[in-house]
Amino acid sequence: MSTDPIDDTSCTGAQSIVRSLEAVGADVVFGIPGGAILPLYDPLFDSTAVRHVLVRHEQGAGHAAEGYAQATGRVGVCMATSGPGATNLVTPIADAHMDSVPIVAITGQVPSASIGSDAFQEADICGITMPITKHNFLVTDAADIPSTIAAAFHLAATGRPGPVLVDVPKDVLQARTTFSWPARVDLPGYRPNLRPHGKQVREAATVITQAKRPVLYVGGGVLKAHATQELAKLAELTGAPVVTTLMARGAFPDSHPQNLKMPGMHGNVAAVTALQRSDLLICLGARFDDRVTGKLSTFAPGAKVIHADIDPAEISKNRVADVPIVGDCKETISALYDALAADHAAGRKADLTGWWRQLDGYRETYPLGYEWPEDGELAPQYVIERLGAIAGPDAIYVAGVGQHQMWAAQFINYERPYTWLNSGGLGTMGYAVPAAMGAKVGRPEATVWAIDGDGCFQMTNQELATCAIEGIPIKVAVINNGNLGMVRQWQTLFYDGRYSNTGLGTLQTAQTRRIPDFVLLAEALGCVGLRCETKADVDMTIEKAMAVNDAPVVVDFCVGQDAQVWPMVPAGTSNDEILAARDVRPVFDESQV
Amino acid sequence: MSRHTLSVLVENKPGVLARVSALFSRRGFNIDSLAVGPTENADLSRMTIVVDVASQPLEQVTKQLNKLINVIKIVELDDAAAVQRELLLVKVAAPLADRAVVLQTAELFRARIVDVNADSVTLEATGTPAKLDALLEVLTPLGIKEMAQSGVVAMARGPRSIAGAGSLRAVDRAS
Repeated sequence: MSTDPIDDTSCTGAQSIVRSLEAVGADVVFGIPGGAILPLYDPLFDSTAVRHVLVRHEQGAGHAAEGYAQATGRVGVCMATSGPGATNLVTPIADAHMDSVPIVAITGQVPSASIGSDAFQEADICGITMPITKHNFLVTDAADIPSTIAAAFHLAATGRPGPVLVDVPKDVLQARTTFSWPARVDLPGYRPNLRPHGKQVREAATVITQAKRPVLYVGGGVLKAHATQELAKLAELTGAPVVTTLMARGAFPDSHPQNLKMPGMHGNVAAVTALQRSDLLICLGARFDDRVTGKLSTFAPGAKVIHADIDPAEISKNRVADVPIVGDCKETISALYDALAADHAAGRKADLTGWWRQLDGYRETYPLGYEWPEDGELAPQYVIERLGAIAGPDAIYVAGVGQHQMWAAQFINYERPYTWLNSGGLGTMGYAVPAAMGAKVGRPEATVWAIDGDGCFQMTNQELATCAIEGIPIKVAVINNGNLGMVRQWQTLFYDGRYSNTGLGTLQTAQTRRIPDFVLLAEALGCVGLRCETKADVDMTIEKAMAVNDAPVVVDFCVGQDAQVWPMVPAGTSNDEILAARDVRPVFDESQV
Repeated sequence: MSRHTLSVLVENKPGVLARVSALFSRRGFNIDSLAVGPTENADLSRMTIVVDVASQPLEQVTKQLNKLINVIKIVELDDAAAVQRELLLVKVAAPLADRAVVLQTAELFRARIVDVNADSVTLEATGTPAKLDALLEVLTPLGIKEMAQSGVVAMARGPRSIAGAGSLRAVDRAS
């Protein structure tokens, strides 16, 4: 943290916020000005260290801060005025809370004297965001600004990361104060436990040496802790299979032979079945989400559980842990490696040959796959597969929520951490475009592809105007099936094909034109618009999009509406009920178990 | 379900009570009673929370409470090893014919008469929840016109203070 370069410490509350942002090292803020926060935008105008990106909707500012944070590991910052500006941040704040994304939201508030009077553009944003922030602050004295901003960034970034909101009344922004950056953050009730308990780690190592069918169940916490190198070492030492949850794609290379890839509702058969048949789950920074466990009472019934997480409240929340370890994943995995290496040196090592024979059987029999649509239309899985192959493992992929998200998690090979961004816990449609924008601002050298659906895209595509004007050349692949595809899939499977309110009309038919036409829309928003409707054009179109570097690109991939996401564990059922494809239930040779 | 008494030291800051009560409602935890007041340290407040849970969720309650940034420390007070008191104000219908019974009852339960008029008597009683329940049971047939009751406040017996006691830090519990 730099010290204040200016001797004169006398300033306004607004100047104090700008100086605090500079002191904490924030280099970009996504936001929109408005009445209550206007005093802050004046000194922000002069800051050379903090870039402000003017978004088109506050939700975009929040998701951009998330994308920035998830791509860089640094705290993302968003800003909005009081009332509707602040409430528009609620969705991205809730999203960041569910996915443990470190962001700081700064909101203007009506003047202190007006709080509680239902003043124009007043909303109790601290009250509203209380259950969806890690913490929030209402600043009542301008002198508290530096310590509050320092605390907000500290809270957002450390322990289990998450969103922190700082609400500042207009008169506090205007008040005269002095700026003094605190030497240390004073939060007596906040002491995240980083170092794992040695006894627990040794116990975990012992249990690992005794397991015949262990699985490393890896979650987003490994990425948050920057522990992917430690994970790779531990995985190779154990020789155990690794499954990476939706939030952890990229934490362990997909090309690694031990990687069974994604478990869960749309996980592949090998990953889901490995968990079900396991006798030991080594859960690292994951939280036994219902989308992973399926019906909880039947999840991995024969498995002991080692659960390592920095948040003690996650341990034994859904599934009771036999060996709980509270600590930072990086420290925990390193310690576990050392303890296990010592066990191995003493000759205590499990033989996993039989387990791998079984797992390889699942992998070979039930690989991920898809069928080309019977009507000959473009297969969305093919588009995403080719996108991954052509853009390669160095690109950052940012998905919305729905079928396209699942296909992007399944059919792109992630080799590096922080190359896969999505809204996992909250499932926020509209995440992709603004989050991709934030990722590109944070990692301007990287190619950033938003993979979006036609439903999601219509929720937040106005941020393409921001991208075009601010010089943020992201690429967007709209997997356009003309429908709210995942909802439609459920209607096909569970509602007798009664397609209530899922058609969006974004595809051309004999009777109708495209509304909207995404190519025209892209051009209107200052982007390059491309369209691809046939298999033969897929590679060429992607390459054409890759060649554009000076403007955002939108590719309208018109795909078949009947493609479905498989495998699938129907909601509320056991993982044992996994369907590899529609009406195809895997048959396992139980004699192998 | 079972009852547990938690003594929670929190920072004396605006909104802390709202954070705690919002947490309970959001996570579906049941509060029997909640009392909050100042402590010997002006920066800290003390909440006494009686929760009604099975033992597994109690661990979740304390872990979630510990995640609140303003929560400093949580101690579970064992019924046998703690002093627990509630305050009760109860206005009883006491026409002259019944007045002697009311006054005798008050004396039996060591309740104080704090207001008297021609038609009613108001009693002030402190004690464990069980004692106050017993008092109310005796008074009910006489006609309770109105009552107000505080939540439990509690403190461990013995020389140690909460500041020196082992906290229910979820970390310690888990590992």
